[in-house]
Amino acid sequence: MPATATGVFHRSYTSELRLRHTRAEKTRLVLVALLVLAMPFLVSPYWLTIVNQIGIAIVGAIGLNILVGYTGQISLGQGGFLAVGAYTSAILHMRADLPVPVSIALAVLTTAVIGAFFGIPALRLKGLYLAIATLASQEIILFTVRTWDAVTGGTDAISLPRLEMAGFVFTDDFHWYWIIAGFAVLAVITGRNLFRTGLGRSFMAVRDQDIAASAMGIDVTKTKVLAFAISSAYAGLAGALTAHYTGIVTWERFTLDVSVLYLAIIIVGGLGSIAGSVYGAIFMITLPALITRFGQDIQSAWSEAAAKVPAVQVIVFGLVIVLFLIFEPRGLNRIWQRMKDYIRFSPFRY
Amino acid sequence: MTEFFQLTLFGLSNGAILALAALGFVLIYKATGVINFAQGHFLLIGAYVFYAAMLVFGFHWSLAILAGIAVAIALGVLVERFVLRPMIGEDAIAVIMVTIGLSSMLGGGVQFFFGTSPKETPKFLPAGSLDLAGATIPYSRLAAIVIAAVVLTAFTLFFTRSRHGIAMRAVADDQQASLTIGISVRKVFALAWALAAVTAVIGGILLADLTGVSANLAGFGLVVFPVVILGGLDSVPGTIVGGVIIGLLAQYSAGYIGSGFEQIVPFIVLIAILMVRPYGLFGQTRIERV
Repeated sequence: MPATATGVFHRSYTSELRLRHTRAEKTRLVLVALLVLAMPFLVSPYWLTIVNQIGIAIVGAIGLNILVGYTGQISLGQGGFLAVGAYTSAILHMRADLPVPVSIALAVLTTAVIGAFFGIPALRLKGLYLAIATLASQEIILFTVRTWDAVTGGTDAISLPRLEMAGFVFTDDFHWYWIIAGFAVLAVITGRNLFRTGLGRSFMAVRDQDIAASAMGIDVTKTKVLAFAISSAYAGLAGALTAHYTGIVTWERFTLDVSVLYLAIIIVGGLGSIAGSVYGAIFMITLPALITRFGQDIQSAWSEAAAKVPAVQVIVFGLVIVLFLIFEPRGLNRIWQRMKDYIRFSPFRY
Repeated sequence: MTEFFQLTLFGLSNGAILALAALGFVLIYKATGVINFAQGHFLLIGAYVFYAAMLVFGFHWSLAILAGIAVAIALGVLVERFVLRPMIGEDAIAVIMVTIGLSSMLGGGVQFFFGTSPKETPKFLPAGSLDLAGATIPYSRLAAIVIAAVVLTAFTLFFTRSRHGIAMRAVADDQQASLTIGISVRKVFALAWALAAVTAVIGGILLADLTGVSANLAGFGLVVFPVVILGGLDSVPGTIVGGVIIGLLAQYSAGYIGSGFEQIVPFIVLIAILMVRPYGLFGQTRIERV
């Protein structure tokens, strides 16, 4: 495509269905793939932990974006669904002695079923009311985890042994990077392709105008329940990965704050965009890590200020959400697109 | 029977404070259509400002309460002007998230100035207790019920008698019609946020005396949701009935089912009500159905 083109034109349906149209997009894909492969060799061990956390957050954020960004169903229950994934996988592995891949797969399925169940209020409720209903789901799931001693061990943490597969022990972040990066890439590819299918498009139709969607023959009930199930499946995967990666499962990791963090990720990244989920995860996980790092750096020089750093972290977290919503509600993804357009059309404004 | 008395009184006093917090919530929702997830953090701010004024700066408790109310008004007006006004016309998710972001900023601010450890309790309600049919009833709990009842009555009168209160109801009913008869919708929005912050701060001050000052107070804000959904999101009498019912229900479930259940029973009630009667007991049946 010539560099002077001011838009993307298609001459056949196959070209329109392609995920990437321009040479620049293909080049960027190759660069990103190279970066993913080179990442563990480039960063220090401290930052590799952060990178792994980002990878898990990408999986969870794509799941939440499918529900909130693409289907328009607000959910404050992501933390609860992560907990279901983490606990199911941990319990199946420890008590039923299932191998880890099987326990993770079963955790994904279980979370999908439980997510669909807690999605039932969505059949009658919209917007604010649904947000409050999912808030209640979050509290109910965590309460169940805390009090069902016989199965979840109650408020005590479950510790998991190091992951071992076919005689190979995954000891450190470097080994785990390949597992997590693999799942993150898989999540991106499946997420991106979901919205090229009829099901994905029916999600967006329900978001944009549910009455029109049902007039076009989309079963709104089925679509909403499926959106909750698919979204929760991703959450279950992210939860199960967290469980085996950190080796410890406790309810404190899945509180309402986590649900809020995931919502913040997709809002900062961009609602209704898979790439946005990735940008948001990178941004919202890196930012607190940078602040913590800054606190450690000034610890010796100015310890009173360093003691305030955790509080500053909470303030900055809130501030970022508020500023993005006021100034760029469509998130980092939109900023990136505007930058691309600016360069592409330069020296003209449009 | 003794236990029943005790639980009822604790439930009533918690319910009274819940009703205050819920009143602020309903004020904002009625006037501006915003669901305020930061309501619990307004309580928190109230408790900490009161603590700081009374125990750090050594004010008399009545001056400390005035300081709390002044901070609340300033906070409410600033929040409305700089955070919520740019969000007019945005999606529900954006408005919800902006108040969640706000709650994080307020919580972080409290942590910044006061740290995370619980503070000494500023006592101003009468100490001592009354023995009634074998149950021990602290005077402070009775006083909290009385104060909450007075404040709630004052607000009810404000809505029915005062010009500003009637203007607020008019704006809640129809913004364009209110503009045409010369009501400043902006001022009403600012007033709604300021009053909501004031009710939350009064609730926070009462809670500070009854349960102590710590970051956990913000958690009280979550229990406001069952209250407002039960009473109806846009109903002032609903907050009183909802607050009392949820307060009693939480105490009874803690007492008769088991400790810890007070945290969850309100949310189960919440889901049940949302499924059966989403507009609550007294709310307007204006909810969109799918």
